[in-house]
Amino acid sequence: MLQSLANLVTESGFANILTSGDGWKNLIMIAIACVLLYLGIKKQYEPLLMVGIAMGCLLANVSALSKSDALYHQALWDAFLQEGGEFYHDYGHILAHGGLIDILYIGVKAGIYPCLIFIGIGAMTDFGPLISNPKSLLLGAAAQFGVFFAFLGANLLGFTGNQAASIGIIGGADGPTAILTTTKLAPELLGPIAVAAYSYMALIPMIQPPLMKALTTEKERKVKMEQLREVSKTEKIIFPIIVTIFIVLLLPSTAPLIGCLMFGNLLKESGVTERLSDVAQNALMNIVTLFLGISVGATMVGSNFLNVQTIYIVVLGLIAFSFSTIGGLLVGKLMYKLSGGKINPLIGSAGVSAVPMAARVSQKVGQKENPSNFLLMHAMGPNVAGVIGSAIAAGFLMSVFGG
Amino acid sequence: MNEEVVTTAVRTAVSGTKMAFGDAMVDAVLGYLVVFIGLTLLMCVVIIAGKIMVSKAKEKKAVSAPAPAAPAPAAAPAVPKEKAPGSAGEVKIYDTDPRDAAMIMAIVADKLQKPLNELRFVSIKEVK
Repeated sequence: MLQSLANLVTESGFANILTSGDGWKNLIMIAIACVLLYLGIKKQYEPLLMVGIAMGCLLANVSALSKSDALYHQALWDAFLQEGGEFYHDYGHILAHGGLIDILYIGVKAGIYPCLIFIGIGAMTDFGPLISNPKSLLLGAAAQFGVFFAFLGANLLGFTGNQAASIGIIGGADGPTAILTTTKLAPELLGPIAVAAYSYMALIPMIQPPLMKALTTEKERKVKMEQLREVSKTEKIIFPIIVTIFIVLLLPSTAPLIGCLMFGNLLKESGVTERLSDVAQNALMNIVTLFLGISVGATMVGSNFLNVQTIYIVVLGLIAFSFSTIGGLLVGKLMYKLSGGKINPLIGSAGVSAVPMAARVSQKVGQKENPSNFLLMHAMGPNVAGVIGSAIAAGFLMSVFGG
Repeated sequence: MNEEVVTTAVRTAVSGTKMAFGDAMVDAVLGYLVVFIGLTLLMCVVIIAGKIMVSKAKEKKAVSAPAPAAPAPAAAPAVPKEKAPGSAGEVKIYDTDPRDAAMIMAIVADKLQKPLNELRFVSIKEVK
């Protein structure tokens, strides 16, 4: 009986904290998971994904400490990624030996979840403000500045081309795009990049306003914009078809993101697939978010996550977000000058994707200066243009570094 | 499971190779240009498509408008619809319940601390 008790104690996760080499790292990750749960639940920072990511992180590290094979096996995925190894890119091996999270993670690895989420985003997005003011597309393009700035910064810090591209895409302020790009280019960085991307997206109301105030004058912030023209139903139906043909022909690597985004939007706008649109917006989106969150969180195992690279990624992510905002604002100021003061440059910062949070920030900052100013609809144009812009930036990076 | 051995062997594996800063700069500039050119071309396509749609809509409107008929002698002159007392113009409502629209206008007036009849609402549209 004493022997059984001794076995029980030595096999417990608590004993492994002290005896296992990486035990202390798992313990720190459990603490980090608890902090993320606090941020998600109490502070409501992107709670739909943050709670899942935090719980995935918690489960992966508790499992690692207790040497439990029930949910997630880091070793299986390391073997999956080992080029030239027996199990390189062998999904059958994962299915045969994996636990629940391993099997859910196949959806991330194969790039399925980000695309399904894009169908849902498309079904929830109204491109009307962009169609009525197509110049918004320039602001969406300008706000990708941070992607390439952070890419250069990561290069200087010694990251490889693939890793630098994955870090840069955090500046696109688009979670699914960041996850898809990282999965394809630098899967070993998926955990920190996903956490950085979603954390900064939640922090946009804190990151953007100081930059907006620093780069614009009071006069510019007070500009009232003319009302947008009404967009017909036919235009809204034609738009996703045009974008799909045009952008995918221009940059084929954007097909998974742009194709799914526009498919979802067509379901919404066509008016004949209401049931499918409803599923894409609600049931599908919720199910995929659930699977995505927990499986991405599970990649945050102490031995992989706790290193200097993660700190660099967190810092570079903030730089990427900030410089994307600056890029949008500067082109917004240029458009203000060229239009003779008719365009409020504050809508430029909404070009950083993060729909609709960034547009709300533009509205809030603009209304603070002039309570009768309503910039929300004007900012929605660059905001949705930013989604297309970040997909193009990701497509470019995947075509350059993915081959 | 013998994958424990594999784990330590590949844990430090990284994707891709390091690149010179000059090459990275070229890629960064090229990437930003591709995004700009792509979206600028898309902007041109959307503007052209929009102009075609607007002109078609105008043509349709002109065709569907009734041909000017001889004035009916007995027809009484149209009486303009009387607005509610204190109204300042008319508001267009899209995809919004009139009760919700009324509430929104009341809230805006309250927030601005101005009487409702001194404000002019142009349109109210539900943001989806």
